[in-house]
Amino acid sequence: MTTRIFVPRDAAARAVGADRVAAAIAAEAKQLGLAIDVVRTGSRGLFWLEPMIEVETLGGRIAFGPMTAKDVPGLFAGGLPVSAAHPLCVGRPEDIPFLKRQTRITFARCGIVDPLSLADYRAHGGYRGLERARSLGAAGTVEEVTKSGLRGRGGAGFPTGIKWKTVADTTAAMGADRKYIVCNADEGDSGTYADRMIMEGDPFVLIEGMTIAGFAVGATKGYLYIRSEYPDAIRVMERAIVLAEAEGLLGAEAKFDIEVRVGAGAYVCGEETSLLESLEGKRGQVRAKPPLPAHKGLFGRPTVINNLISLATVPAILADGAKHYADLGMGRSRGTMPIQLAGNVKHGGLFEAAFGLTLGEIVDDIGGGTASGRPARAVQVGGPLGAYFPRGLFDTPFDYEAFTARDGLIGHGGVVVFDDSVDMAKQARFALEFCAIESCGKCTPCRIGSVRGTETMDKIIAGDRAEANLALITDLCQTLKFGSLCALGGFTPYPVMSAIKHFPEDFTRPRLAAAAE
Amino acid sequence: MPKAAAWDEAEANSIIRRHYGREGAMLPILHDLQAVFGCVPPAAVRLVADALNLTRAEVHGVVSFYHDFREQPAGQHVLKLCRAEACQSMDGERLARAFLDRLGVDWGDTTPDGRLTVEATYCLGLCACAPSAMLDGEPIARLTSSSFDDILREAGR
Repeated sequence: MTTRIFVPRDAAARAVGADRVAAAIAAEAKQLGLAIDVVRTGSRGLFWLEPMIEVETLGGRIAFGPMTAKDVPGLFAGGLPVSAAHPLCVGRPEDIPFLKRQTRITFARCGIVDPLSLADYRAHGGYRGLERARSLGAAGTVEEVTKSGLRGRGGAGFPTGIKWKTVADTTAAMGADRKYIVCNADEGDSGTYADRMIMEGDPFVLIEGMTIAGFAVGATKGYLYIRSEYPDAIRVMERAIVLAEAEGLLGAEAKFDIEVRVGAGAYVCGEETSLLESLEGKRGQVRAKPPLPAHKGLFGRPTVINNLISLATVPAILADGAKHYADLGMGRSRGTMPIQLAGNVKHGGLFEAAFGLTLGEIVDDIGGGTASGRPARAVQVGGPLGAYFPRGLFDTPFDYEAFTARDGLIGHGGVVVFDDSVDMAKQARFALEFCAIESCGKCTPCRIGSVRGTETMDKIIAGDRAEANLALITDLCQTLKFGSLCALGGFTPYPVMSAIKHFPEDFTRPRLAAAAE
Repeated sequence: MPKAAAWDEAEANSIIRRHYGREGAMLPILHDLQAVFGCVPPAAVRLVADALNLTRAEVHGVVSFYHDFREQPAGQHVLKLCRAEACQSMDGERLARAFLDRLGVDWGDTTPDGRLTVEATYCLGLCACAPSAMLDGEPIARLTSSSFDDILREAGR
């Protein structure tokens, strides 16, 4: 019998040597005459163990990691089945606490299936969601998504069902001669990689989700806008679309098409109206709202523009029912969130769980503290526009409203951990500099304010009238927050002001060394 | 990386024609031009403008807006080093600075021998294996100072 060995093809696993491990396994098996089949999967999301390979046994899969090509001969020294006594053996993946504690709905298949096998996708529950959507009808599908409580996973948290209903309700008389589904896969937030993992590890779930959205609102064309920094994801998605077309799951028969469009390195294109401009072939400058994209979106037509994770969650919601999803979570944050642990953290990886875990549980318990072993001092949640949280706020539950109440945001679910060597004045400066680099230039507070803010922060770091300059920054942040058209200018104050508020000592201490840099 | 082709107007026109009738064809056209010529040559701007019924200023506005599009080809190899927060938390800035100093270049520069261009990028989505980089489109993570020796070897320096 041929033994299947699963090696991730996820970009992060490849970045730490998964291709070399896969090649070594194939070479070793050939030399020893072992009957094996190497299957390239997505990642399970346990990145500190990557490259993590899984060997099929009669008792299920057994995982080994982190592997290097050098570890491969030792693995097969005793022939097949491989020995669980190997020092890199981490046992059954499902039993690893990091995975065992999760509630995987959106990521149910990621890391398990061959991403480019429709047969695998179907065998693991794929296309049950679309089937149920068709049985419910378009209006019933919108209703089901609304009842699930799903909110936009890009960060804004707008109820997905309500957005869909707005588009579904548009008529030809309102200029809706055609409608569009746009998937926002311009995942630019540092500390996030959930979209990338789905595209590389379970692309058909996104295709199914977009197809359901098209069916629900009456759109026949979908655009998937992927950032250019994700070449692997682009390749996998393009291939998956071709495979789906070949089986009639996309195209004329399915009454729905998907086209991949590639971004060009502009962070602001993750903002929905910038993304639409970019898709239209223009500079990625934000549009003022109203009109909402749901009324006048892509090429002036009604458009559902959703984050990738929102769309990739829809098939499971339809397949298992809205109630199953809505029963999870807390308050108005229903269902699960793929939390992405990143940066200076011991157990970095994707942790999908119901809303409600505290930040402390996420960082200390699940993440295991810092990778450096030093105390965790600050945690930035929600990407470069998210607030820095000190240990004192580790009791904050992971929930849209709870983070808002503490002047933060959960954004797309990125959690970046910093140890006590972090200089928060530098982090605040970076937030302003990043805003200056990525500003689309449409509105003045963001275009000019970010540059002036960076200069002012330089003065503070140099010890030049710190108090007066901090007052200036505070005032500037007010202007940015209330005077910007989109979240780039509007949310840059979160990291800046949270750093000043929670770590004031970093802004007033003399720093001769820093000034000399 | 494939070597950038010399400017060829007929080739550019055939690339542009491939996208004829496509909705919002600008970015796909610019990506394809850059894939062949290593940049969006200034001479291509007029052709794109004519094809899309836009002014040259509008096309130039798009080319100059996006960080990815170049007006000059890069070096033979392109290293994108992540400067975003997750990589900062793992000492990425210090490693990057040391590497730039070693090469005697700054962000965005190409080494004098034309072999390597080093660019800043803000997130490659490899944040749980920081610090990270991408060499000619191939991801590299958990960077240490010795990783840069490998990168230089790959780049033939």
